[in-house]
Amino acid sequence: MSFLQLLWYAVIGLLFIIFLVLDGADFGVGMATRFLASNYTERKLLLRTIGPHWDGNEVFLVTAGGAMFASLPGWYASLFSGFYLLLFFVLIALIFRGVSFEFSDAALTEKGKRGWLWVNFISCLFIPFLLGMLFTDMIQPLPIDAGGNIFVSFYNVVNPLSILGGLCITAVSLYQGLNYIALRTEGLIRYHASRLADNLYWIAYPVEVLIVIALYFQTNFYERHLVATLVFLVLIVAVTVWGQIAAATDKEIQAIIASSSLFAVIVMLIFTGLFPYVLIANNPAHSLLIKEVSSSPYTLVIMTIVLVILLPIMLAYFIWSYVSQWHRISLEEFKKDLDNGETY
Amino acid sequence: MLNLGLSVLPLARFQFEMTTIFHFFFVPMSIGLVLVVAIMETLYVIKKDPMYKTMTKFWGRIFLLSFAVGVVTGLIQEFQFGMNWSEYSRFMGDIFGAPLAIEALLAFFMESTFIGVWMFTWDKLKPAWHALTIWLVFLGSSISALWILAANSFMQHPVGYKINAATGHVQMTSFSALLKNQQLWYEFSHVIFGAFITGAFIVAGLSAIMLFRNKSPKFFRKSMRIGLIIGLFACVGSFLSGDMQTQYLIKEQPMKFAATEGIYKNTDNPAPWTVFQITNEKDHKGEFKIEVPYMLSVLSYHKLSGSVTGMDQTNKALHKKYNKKFGKNMNYNLPVNTLFFAFRIMSAGFGALAGLAILGLWFSRKKKDTILKQKWLTLLLGIATFGPFIINSCGWLVTELGRDPWVVYGLLPIAAAVSPSTSATSVLFTNIVYFLLFTTLGFFMIMYAKHFLFEGPEGLGDKTNYDLEDPFSKEAFEK
Ligand code: HDD
Ligand code: HEM
Ligand code: HEM
Repeated sequence: MSFLQLLWYAVIGLLFIIFLVLDGADFGVGMATRFLASNYTERKLLLRTIGPHWDGNEVFLVTAGGAMFASLPGWYASLFSGFYLLLFFVLIALIFRGVSFEFSDAALTEKGKRGWLWVNFISCLFIPFLLGMLFTDMIQPLPIDAGGNIFVSFYNVVNPLSILGGLCITAVSLYQGLNYIALRTEGLIRYHASRLADNLYWIAYPVEVLIVIALYFQTNFYERHLVATLVFLVLIVAVTVWGQIAAATDKEIQAIIASSSLFAVIVMLIFTGLFPYVLIANNPAHSLLIKEVSSSPYTLVIMTIVLVILLPIMLAYFIWSYVSQWHRISLEEFKKDLDNGETY
Repeated sequence: MLNLGLSVLPLARFQFEMTTIFHFFFVPMSIGLVLVVAIMETLYVIKKDPMYKTMTKFWGRIFLLSFAVGVVTGLIQEFQFGMNWSEYSRFMGDIFGAPLAIEALLAFFMESTFIGVWMFTWDKLKPAWHALTIWLVFLGSSISALWILAANSFMQHPVGYKINAATGHVQMTSFSALLKNQQLWYEFSHVIFGAFITGAFIVAGLSAIMLFRNKSPKFFRKSMRIGLIIGLFACVGSFLSGDMQTQYLIKEQPMKFAATEGIYKNTDNPAPWTVFQITNEKDHKGEFKIEVPYMLSVLSYHKLSGSVTGMDQTNKALHKKYNKKFGKNMNYNLPVNTLFFAFRIMSAGFGALAGLAILGLWFSRKKKDTILKQKWLTLLLGIATFGPFIINSCGWLVTELGRDPWVVYGLLPIAAAVSPSTSATSVLFTNIVYFLLFTTLGFFMIMYAKHFLFEGPEGLGDKTNYDLEDPFSKEAFEK
C-alpha cells in the first residue's frame, strides 16, 4: 500500500467524521423538535438554528462519496451496489429532509406547515439509523464474489449488530443536536436541552455493552486488531461518561466536544477495524484490499494537490459562515422576527 | 425471488433517464434563476429603488424552491453511479471520481454555504456585500456544471487516458487533457446558455401570466423585460454554441449526427435538409419527407456544397473499427425517430423562444408600452415558461441516447456497465418509488410556486401600489 492510498483512506474517514459531527447535529435538532419543543413556534426556532447550515453540512456526505469514488473506486462500486436498497432508503430520507425546510415555509396552510415538520422529524430519525446500519453492515464478513460484487441477503443488512449500530448513531446524533441547541438558544429551551441530553445518555451504556459483544460474534475485529479495538472501545465509554457529566453540569462547550468525539472515535474504530481491507468476504480470497480498489498513483497525486489547495479555502468560508451567524436565539426575539414578516 | 422476466439493464437505464432528466429540470432552472436574481439585486444596489429589492426577494423565493429540489435530486445522481452502474464506476473511477470530488469541494460547498448566508442576512450585511453572496452562489452553481460536464465530455469523447493492462479499466494520464477536451467547452457553453434561457424564460413567462391577469403590472412588466433581455442574449449564445457542437459532432460522432438528420444513404452534394420525415427504422427509409435543397450543406459545413455521410456507411466503418475488440454483434443502430424529432424540437424551440423574446421586448418598450393589451402575446409567453424544460430534455436525449451503444464512447458498452449484483426486482421497486416521489415533489413545488406568484409582491409585505401608472410618465401624457 502506498502512502497516498493510506492518506485517502484516512481522508474518507475524516470526511465521514466531519459529516457526522455537523449534520449529526442537524438530525438531532430535527429529532428534538418532538422531544424538546411543545408548539409550532418553538419547533421553528429549533430549526432556525440550523437553517443556514444544514445544506453545507450535507455536502460533506457528498464529498465523502466523491472522494471514495475518486480514490478508492472499487470500494465505492462494491459498497453502493451491494447495499442497494439500504442506500436507497437513506436517499429517500435525505430527499425528504432536504425539501422539508423550504416546503414547510412555503406551505399554504397551517396543516401543511405542520405536516412538513413531521416529515423533517421522521427523516431525521431514519437517516442516522440507516447510516448506522450501513456502517456496521460493511464491517462484517460479506458474500463477495471474485469480481468484488456483494450479493447480500436480508440478514447481511438487518442483524443484531446493525440494529445496535443504527441505534447508536441515532442516539449520538440526538446528543449532538441537543448539545448544539444548548449552545445556540437562550432561556428555557437551552436549559431543557442539557437536561434531556443528560437523561438520554443512560441509553448509551447498554447499547455500547451490547455492541462490544456483537462485535465479537459478527466481525473479526478482535482477531485482527485486538489492541486497537479495545482502546477505541474504552475510549468510547470514557467519552460517553465525559459527555454525560458535561451535560449534567451545564458545561455546554465540553458537552458538544464530547459528543463530537464520540462520533470521531466510532468512525476510527470502524476504519481501523477494517484496515487494510475495505470489505471483508466470507471467502477470504475475495476480500478487497485498499491497494486493490484504489485509483492509479497519478489520479491520487492530482486529487491530493486539489485537496491541499481547495480544502483550506473551502474551510475558511465554511467556518466564517458559522462564526458570522453565531448568536444565541431566544424565543422572544424569534417571535419578534416572525411578526416582522421574516420568513424562515 | 419474484421473477417478472425483467432484466436489470433496461430498468437501470430507465431509472437513469428518469432521475437525470428530473434533476435537469431543476438544475438549469436554479442556475438561470440565480443569475436573474443576482442581476436584480445588483440593480437594487446600483439604483437603490426598493422595487428591485422586492423583485429579488420575490424571484428568490421561486429560486429557493427550485434549488431545494435540485439539491435532493442531485444526491440521487451522486449515489446512483455506485448503486446501478458499479461496473461503470470500477471502469471509470480513475477518471470520473476526480471531477466529481472537485465539484463537491469547489462548487457544492460554495453554493450551499452562501445560499445559507444569503437567505439569513438580509438586514445584517450591507446591500453590496449581500449581493456578492448571491453572485457566489451563481459562481458555485456554474462551476458545478463545468465539472460534471467534464466527466460527461470524457464519456462522449475520451481523452488523456490509457487502458490499464491488468484491470482493463481506464487510467488517467493527463488531467489537463481532461479539461482541454474540446467537447467540454462546446458542451459547457451550450448547457450554461440553455440554463440561462431556462431561468430567464421562467421569470419572463410567469411575469407574462401575471400581466395577462393584469396584476401589479408595473412590477411584472419590469421583471418580464429583465427576463427577456437575459433570455435573448442567452438565445444567441445557445445558437452559436449549438452550431459549434453540430460541427464537432459531424467529425467526432458521425452516427449520432446522421441519426438526428435521419440519413441512411450518403446524401447528394449539395445536401438537402429534411425538415420532416417519419423514419422507417426497419427498412432504413424516410417517409413523408419534406426537404429544403442546399440547406444541410449550409448547416453542416457553412457552405453551399458538401455531402453528409449516412448511417449505413458509418455503421460499416464502426464495425470495422471495433469488431476486433467488441465482437460482431454490437448494434450501432440508433433510435432514429427519437433523435430526429428531439433535435427538431430543440431547434424549433430555440426559434420560438428567440422570436417571443423579441416580440415581448418590442411590445413592452418604454416609448409605446402596449403589453397589457397584447393578450395573445402574454399568453404565448406564459406557455413558453415550459418550453426550456422540454428543449433541455430533448437536447440531452440527443446527446446521451445518440451515444448508444456506448457509455464511454468506443471504450465501454452500456450493457457492460450495469451492476451485476442488483436484482431486477429491486430496481423495479426503486423505479416505482422514484416515480411517485418525483410526482409528489413536482406537485408541491408547482403548487407553492404558483401560490407565491399569485400573491404577487404583496405576499412579501411590499405595500407599494404597482397598479398605478406614474402620473408623470410619458404614457400618462399621451392619453
Ligand atoms: C434551452 C436550451 C437549448 C436550446 C435553445 C438549444 N439547445 Fe442544443 N442542447 C441543449 C439545450 C438547448 C442541452 C440540453 O443543454 C444539450 C444536451 C447536452 C448538451 O451539451 O447540451 C443540447 C445538446 C445539443 C447537441 C448535441 C451535442 C452532442 O451530442 O455532442 C447539439 C448538436 C445541439 N444541442 C445543437 C443545438 C442547436 C443547433 C440549437 C439552436 C439552433 C440548439 N441546440 C438550441
Ligand atoms: C443532467 C443532464 C443529463 C440528462 C438529462 C441525461 C440523460 C440521459 C439519457 C436520456 C440517457 C440515455 C439513456 C439510454 O441510453 O437509454 C443517459 C445515459 C447516460 N448518461 Fe446521461 N444525462 C445527463 C447528464 C449526464 C452526466 C453529466 C453524466 C456523467 C457524468 C451522465 C452519464 C450517463 C450514463 C453513464 C448513461 C448510460 C446509462 C444509460 O444508458 O442509461 N449523464 N443520460
Ligand atoms: C449525472 C450526473 C450528475 C451528478 C452525479 C450530480 C450530482 C449532484 C449532487 C450530489 C447535487 C447536490 C449537491 C448539494 O447537496 O448541494 C447536485 C446539485 C446540482 N447539480 Fe447535479 N449532478 C449531475 C448532473 C448535473 C448536471 C449535468 C449539471 C449542470 C449542467 C448539474 C448541476 C447541478 C447544480 C447547479 C446543482 C445545485 C442544485 C441546484 O442548483 O438545483 N448536475 N448535483
